[in-house]
Amino acid sequence: MTTTDTTGTTARGRALPVTDLSLVVLIGASGSGKSTFARRHFKRTEVISSDFCRGLVADDENDQNASRDAFDVLHYIAGKRLAAGRRTVVDATNVQQEARRQLIDLARKHDVLPIAVVLDVPEQVCAERNAARTDRADMPRRVIQRHTRELRRSLRHLEREGFRKVHVLRGVAEVEHATVVTEKRFNDLTHLTGPFDIIGDIHGCASELETLLGRLGYADGVHPDGRTAVFVGDLVDRGPDSPGVLRRVMSMVKSGNALCVPGNHENKYGRHLKGRKVQRTHGLAETIEQMDGESEEFRAEVREFIDGLVSHYVLDGGKLVVCHAGLPEKYHGRTSGRVRSHALYGDTTGETDEFGLPVRYPWAEDYRGRAAVVYGHTPVPEATWLNNTICLDTGAVFGGKLTALRWPERELVDVAAERVWYEPAKPLRTEAPGGHDGRPLDLADVHGRRVVETRHAGRITVREENGAAALEVMSRFATDPRLLPYLPPTMAPTATSGVDGYLEHPKEAFAQYAADGVARVVCEEKHMGSRAVALVCRDAETARTRFGVGGASRSSAAGSGGGPTGSLYTRTGRPFIDDASVTEAILDRLRTAVGEAGLWDELATDWLLLDTELMPWSLKASGLLRSQYAAVGAASGAVFPDALAALEGAAARGVEVADLLVRQRARSADAAAFTDAYRRYCWPTDGLDGVHMAPFQILAVQGRSLAALPHDEQLALIDRLVEHDGSGLLRTTRRLYVDTGDPESVSAGVDWWLEMTGRGGEGMVVKPVGALVRDAEGRLVQPGIKCRGREYLRIIYGPEYTRPDNLARLRQRSLGHKRSLALREYALGLEALDRLAGGEPLWRVHEAVFGVLALESEPVDPRL
Amino acid sequence: MFLTLTTTGTPDRPATDLGVLLHKHPDKAQAFTTSFGTAHVLYPEAEEQRCTAALLLEVDAVALVRRGKGKGRGGAPDAALAQYVNDRPYAASSLLAVALSNVFSSAMRGVCKARPERAAEPLPLRVRIPALPARGGPDLVRRLFEPLGWAVTAETVPLDTQFPEWGDSRYVRLELESASRTLAEALRHLYVLLPVLDDAKHYWVAPDEVDKLLRAGEGWLPGHPEQRLITSRYLSRRWSLTREAMERLELIRLAETDDSDVEEIDNAVEAEAEQEEKPTPLAVLRREAILTALRDGAAARVLDLGCGEGHLVRELLKEPRFTEIVGVDVSVRALTIASRRLGLDRMGERQAARVNLFQGSLAYTDKRLGGYDAAVLSEVIEHLDLPRLPALEYSVFGSARPRTVVVTTPNVEYNVRWDTLPAGHVRHRDHRFEWTREEFRTWADAVAERHRYTVEFRPVGPDDPEVGPPTQMAVFTLTTPTTSTPTPTASTAEKEAKAA
Repeated sequence: MTTTDTTGTTARGRALPVTDLSLVVLIGASGSGKSTFARRHFKRTEVISSDFCRGLVADDENDQNASRDAFDVLHYIAGKRLAAGRRTVVDATNVQQEARRQLIDLARKHDVLPIAVVLDVPEQVCAERNAARTDRADMPRRVIQRHTRELRRSLRHLEREGFRKVHVLRGVAEVEHATVVTEKRFNDLTHLTGPFDIIGDIHGCASELETLLGRLGYADGVHPDGRTAVFVGDLVDRGPDSPGVLRRVMSMVKSGNALCVPGNHENKYGRHLKGRKVQRTHGLAETIEQMDGESEEFRAEVREFIDGLVSHYVLDGGKLVVCHAGLPEKYHGRTSGRVRSHALYGDTTGETDEFGLPVRYPWAEDYRGRAAVVYGHTPVPEATWLNNTICLDTGAVFGGKLTALRWPERELVDVAAERVWYEPAKPLRTEAPGGHDGRPLDLADVHGRRVVETRHAGRITVREENGAAALEVMSRFATDPRLLPYLPPTMAPTATSGVDGYLEHPKEAFAQYAADGVARVVCEEKHMGSRAVALVCRDAETARTRFGVGGASRSSAAGSGGGPTGSLYTRTGRPFIDDASVTEAILDRLRTAVGEAGLWDELATDWLLLDTELMPWSLKASGLLRSQYAAVGAASGAVFPDALAALEGAAARGVEVADLLVRQRARSADAAAFTDAYRRYCWPTDGLDGVHMAPFQILAVQGRSLAALPHDEQLALIDRLVEHDGSGLLRTTRRLYVDTGDPESVSAGVDWWLEMTGRGGEGMVVKPVGALVRDAEGRLVQPGIKCRGREYLRIIYGPEYTRPDNLARLRQRSLGHKRSLALREYALGLEALDRLAGGEPLWRVHEAVFGVLALESEPVDPRL
Repeated sequence: MFLTLTTTGTPDRPATDLGVLLHKHPDKAQAFTTSFGTAHVLYPEAEEQRCTAALLLEVDAVALVRRGKGKGRGGAPDAALAQYVNDRPYAASSLLAVALSNVFSSAMRGVCKARPERAAEPLPLRVRIPALPARGGPDLVRRLFEPLGWAVTAETVPLDTQFPEWGDSRYVRLELESASRTLAEALRHLYVLLPVLDDAKHYWVAPDEVDKLLRAGEGWLPGHPEQRLITSRYLSRRWSLTREAMERLELIRLAETDDSDVEEIDNAVEAEAEQEEKPTPLAVLRREAILTALRDGAAARVLDLGCGEGHLVRELLKEPRFTEIVGVDVSVRALTIASRRLGLDRMGERQAARVNLFQGSLAYTDKRLGGYDAAVLSEVIEHLDLPRLPALEYSVFGSARPRTVVVTTPNVEYNVRWDTLPAGHVRHRDHRFEWTREEFRTWADAVAERHRYTVEFRPVGPDDPEVGPPTQMAVFTLTTPTTSTPTPTASTAEKEAKAA
């Protein structure tokens, strides 16, 4: 708290320090020149005046009857600005304590500093100025007199009222000549980019600290590469040598080689040093005893050091926040008692646990901020990331280890404790405070209209009604979100063909890619099974550590032994197979093939995410087959013999039905062809006998999305997988490479398709070999275009679609929406993979996955 | 799309009179345009002894799909009709019934100027329909036609002879024979009963349906033993079409994405037939038991998690002690129905202020659910896959954390006491599991321990000495109440002590 009265005077006038994020309250009688002052020193948009707000609500800036509503509006606007982290200047007389109290409350509510600037101008001057203004000319003199009286009375109390800075400008000249100097907050070190080594709770383990600093590359507190150490606090108490730790840290901070935030233990010791009465528990007694052996001078230095510690730091352009006990995003860079308290002690639920200790609120579970929060305070066995936060207190003093995080590398470096220096009061928790532990995601991360930021296609909007449908399917049918890190996008068909007798034909697909500037494409055979995404982990332990499922701490009523080793799910995220043991059997076969092919080591991973087709179609679509496809086959098969016999009878009698008979025979043949078409994709299965899987892309592995890996390399990996499958599960995907600029190559592609679909094949997908490709304007190119076979399309467009009059009408189809949808879903899918590979929090991955499902419910012609 | 009518005759009453009665000459093939295709009438045989008229309807499937363009999903208002692959061009559906009435309208009215006496008297008739869609199968076909004096031969058509394991299709090859009906009667029977058997989903609704039904049913429908089924199926179309068009579109698309039946995922709202039996005594008993538990817990602000169509919300509203009632369901359709049934938009402001319905999901934590006195999970947990149950557990007991949680679920042991339930079947097709009393207690005890609740079990319905009650209920009470809920817990604890 500072009151400037005569200090900071420059040659021209006084310089008033004003914090960059604060609520500046101007105080002065009507006519004291507040608006002029505000205009001169602050941005126009930073200033909210009560007169302006009176105008807003009452069409008259001087209507005193509108004051109550006007101040409501003023507080509302100021609140919105402060919540968004913008400095705000309140231009009102503020001579009454009640008016100021409301503003101080507002500042506290948003955890910013309230700053008072008083314009103490003689009453006479105010009166003259008002008289010169037409709109205030009739303001009674006594009003200004009252203002001045109230102002005078207030002056002494301003600091006690809660203003953290009070600037009093006396007289017209001082107001005239003053300048405002914007100051950064103490916690704002966004300009420092490190690199940093953030070090967890030390608790007097001086020897371990020296070892760790050595391992990090520091020599006598200095890093040759200019790295900066950042201590998360709790330097003292419990351990063998708190003075030694303090000495090291203080010297590094002093020399600019380190930053330090306070822990609750320093805070308490600091109060002790100031002579306050504190309980000597939780290892404080040891520190006091050790410090008794130090010089009075050193103790004074320590006192000053602790006194000067700033509750938390915002570093590296806002990407990193360091504090002792964790901090929700709304407190980052804020300044208030409650921010400091949260930074030092964390939050509690109000309940107490079986040891009588307060239950800590799992703030990290709720954390959705973009800045990484690195903290300590609660000892955990392992430092693990949760929602972009990490706790580095690995219980060094309890015989655990001392841990450091390299930033921006995000690498952990640790040193084992030399011994148990202090017995813990209760066992270390098995997981970080609020570790996943079965806790689901929050509805607020997916609910309602949402805009998902993607790195490949910018912002993608999910409409509310689509989100609502996705929520129902996701909640009632989908696989656990932890095992559902991706959903495949829909795929657009080729432009409608003009080739006689065809609705789709590869010519258009090749032409489209040529137009997009894609020279090399790969044609991949379509298998006509059902889409299945497989997440294969090396073992249940990997699924547990990497995906957080099947944890020992949460025994479900299902009571399965080892927990799942992955998942196998459909295009909408439903478990492909209801029976978990069958899923595990398929995953086991896949896992064996991955191992035999040597892909675990080659891809440096212990899990794979695979995009596949599972056959036969009848395995999953049996309901649809029975109710729709086979039904049509049955009805047509039953009706035509009778109908044709009747027509033949009539014809034999000489009735003129020749045309009708020809037409019905053709329809009968079409219906039979339709029945043949769907039958090709059905066969009986028994357990896994008869079940086949054709993988065609490895989507992601540990630390890496493979979505941009060229398809020729992808297929080479897939081929090895198929080759090494001894179980007969895996099927190869046949392919042909085509040069879209070479007529011969294109014609070979067409022939290949004709041959394949002529034998009843479903068709093919044409993809740019480069996988993730942009056109000349930088827009994403369709990742694949499907060309479905002429016979297969009977299943989509009906048995008689090939009749010329039907084809003519069916060609009137619009692909625009489908293409746009395919690209948006593709971008969301890529985003999910990038987030997964980047180790981002589950809610971030799920947001993108949920988005794909929601878009899938958008109205688009389902036959495309 | 095909049927034949055959009659037999003698030299003085030649069978070829059929042509006169139908107003269609046996030696000509005639075509009639209808809104969904062309209807042809022709005679494969026309002898004195025997004469057969055939009605063949050429349905334009492409036009059917494209007709409703712009309404929602780029097609007709009905899911199945929006598919190019649909059975309308082949099966004797409601479309055929419409064609029948268009083409033979005079005959259906019994009008025949040339032979009025023959139109008024019964004649030997055989009707053949090779592919009749019949929801309810041959059995229902018999129940519908036999009371009208027809001898019925109905064989089911297999779905696909190559895949016998798929079983039967919903089509029946039908042959009706009677000598006691007039031609007009026969036509009117068909006109009404074809769409009834088809179950009417694919029918164009006209505003005067009731009149049409009464006219066509004159003389036979009032006395028909299946009158209720006929009427409700015939007239239920209108509602179902509207509903499908308005409320199911997004879900339909998601089902299609997955090659699934819409019904497979859109089953949050119980089917009509099941509703007709409601309220079953058990559902009433369950609600009473829940209300008792809530009163015991002195709850005023209550969450009904998985409120469905709002049956419990309605009961809660009747008691002023429940000052705030929140119904949450993941199905938007269920909420729409609940809102309509509760009449929320017509309710007085004071009453309406007590109720809030919104979409939510127990697979996620939800801050809106925090701070309530009690939560009810009535017949909800069994609709979740077991591996997803921990998520529900956390969102209710760990996150929302009301003072009282009431959970009911079927007791699978009791299933042997349901006569209508085949052995080994669950009570609802969406039940992912049904627990024994032991299984339920094991789960509930573990939940209570993990989240610091106590739990008490109560039976709902007759407590069978051998297999227990049909519904089991667990009442959880928070042991370390948060500071915001001071007094009532003491009394709860006392009551529990007494109960124990």
